[in-house]
Amino acid sequence: MFEQITRGSRVKSPWLLHYDCSSCNGCDIEVIACLTPVYDIERFGIINVGNPLHADILLVTGAVNHRNRKVLENLYEQMPHPRVVIAIGSCALSGGVFREAYNVVGGVDKVIAVDVYVPGCAAKPEAIIDGVLLGLEKFKKLSNNWRGVGGIFREAETNES
Amino acid sequence: MPVSTIPFGPQHPVLPEPIHLKLTVEDEVIKEVVPALGYVHRGLEKLAGTRDFHQMVQIVERVCGICSMMHAMCYCECVEAMMGIETPPRARYLRLIWSELNRLHSHLLWLGLFADSFGFESLFMQFWKIREKVMDLQEATAGNRVIVSVNVIGGLRRDLSPEQQQTILNILDRVEDEMRLLEKPLLGDYTVMKRTKGKGIVSAARALELGCVGPTLRGSGVAQDMRQLGYEAYGDLAFEPRVEKDGDCYSRLKVRYREVFQSIDLIRQAMEKIPAGEIAAVVKGRPEGEGLARVEQPRGEVFYYVKADGKKYLERIRIRTPTFANVPVLLAMLPGMCLSDVPVIVLSIDPCISCTER
Repeated sequence: MFEQITRGSRVKSPWLLHYDCSSCNGCDIEVIACLTPVYDIERFGIINVGNPLHADILLVTGAVNHRNRKVLENLYEQMPHPRVVIAIGSCALSGGVFREAYNVVGGVDKVIAVDVYVPGCAAKPEAIIDGVLLGLEKFKKLSNNWRGVGGIFREAETNES
Repeated sequence: MPVSTIPFGPQHPVLPEPIHLKLTVEDEVIKEVVPALGYVHRGLEKLAGTRDFHQMVQIVERVCGICSMMHAMCYCECVEAMMGIETPPRARYLRLIWSELNRLHSHLLWLGLFADSFGFESLFMQFWKIREKVMDLQEATAGNRVIVSVNVIGGLRRDLSPEQQQTILNILDRVEDEMRLLEKPLLGDYTVMKRTKGKGIVSAARALELGCVGPTLRGSGVAQDMRQLGYEAYGDLAFEPRVEKDGDCYSRLKVRYREVFQSIDLIRQAMEKIPAGEIAAVVKGRPEGEGLARVEQPRGEVFYYVKADGKKYLERIRIRTPTFANVPVLLAMLPGMCLSDVPVIVLSIDPCISCTER
């Protein structure tokens, strides 16, 4: 029953983790703009957290490069199941204008599985909110099907120890 | 007392950007700081080999999304100087207006993030609420909120109609009124003073020695601002750099707060003096030789060096960004401070990591 309550509340109030992979800051400041009064993503119960162990949705901006690839994989692995990844901006989708640069691996989907793609350079706050809500739909479906036998908690414990 | 090492970043709630600082602490006092960079490095300068010099404008805009307009402006100035192109007077004023709008939104962004770094959430929200007005102006005039893509080599792609100019002035009046209301909660607040006064002090001599630029340098009492060079239309306008004496986080905060009003004032002056006419000069031929240009960004001086040999592609482009110049001074500020002051001091130089690493 405890699991059911947690599952329900995670869907009602998902927590975001934002990671900037070699983005130009354009999409990052738009992600932060979503949290501020004009766009106010908090009205959907969404807040931004810094700890991957608490996060349900991972927002990734910018193209992946050889150095931050490991950081991104690490963050993704620490997140409890079920989890949703949203790639924001042209660079996160395909590498954007930087796809030919020598240090760029490519889009986020080269490294981790992406659920929602939000295009734009820079993606507008409206588009980001829309993408997050789309991701939330998927998150809802995933949590209904999730039979982790307390997996979320067990995984969190092993990561912390 | 045993010494321990604490990692700060690359993923940190205070700073949206990935920078990694290895902090060696004794008790709670910082002894040594070692930065690790490279999380945002894309290899952007090398792209000059695959894009011609007109297309490079769009690439350098994406060095940094916050001051995109100024990167493109500096690059265009550099190439124009190499090719001997004279930009029309109207274009010079329009570039000034857009770059000051850029500075305005960047400073408001920083003021908000800085308030957030010591946990003053409501002030953060207030500044970002005001900032949205400037973002709307950028969207209405340039077509994009963040990447203000108006520059081309030889001038500009977009013009401002008289109605748009009036809208800018009207909205800036409201921005100014709201900023004046926030003066007391920001600069007169006991908590803010407690968290920022006397933290991260750097003297004028030390700042100059370490090659510090921009508001960080002006916060230490050195009146140096690249806008004094009079590039674009800055030479025609009344302009005085904003300087504070103390060299701590509070004076850097004050410098940026006062520069917001300076930007508004510069836009007003430019709107009065703006001449009619063409917005772009005709560009023929290809650049050859070497060129350099300097522009004052919200974070300080940005420097562009371009080398070309008359071919379609540039031979080399080198960018030195303000945060790159300010990292040494940041490392000098941190030792001796408490661990809890690290976010405040790191943010006080307004770090832009994507600029630094390109």
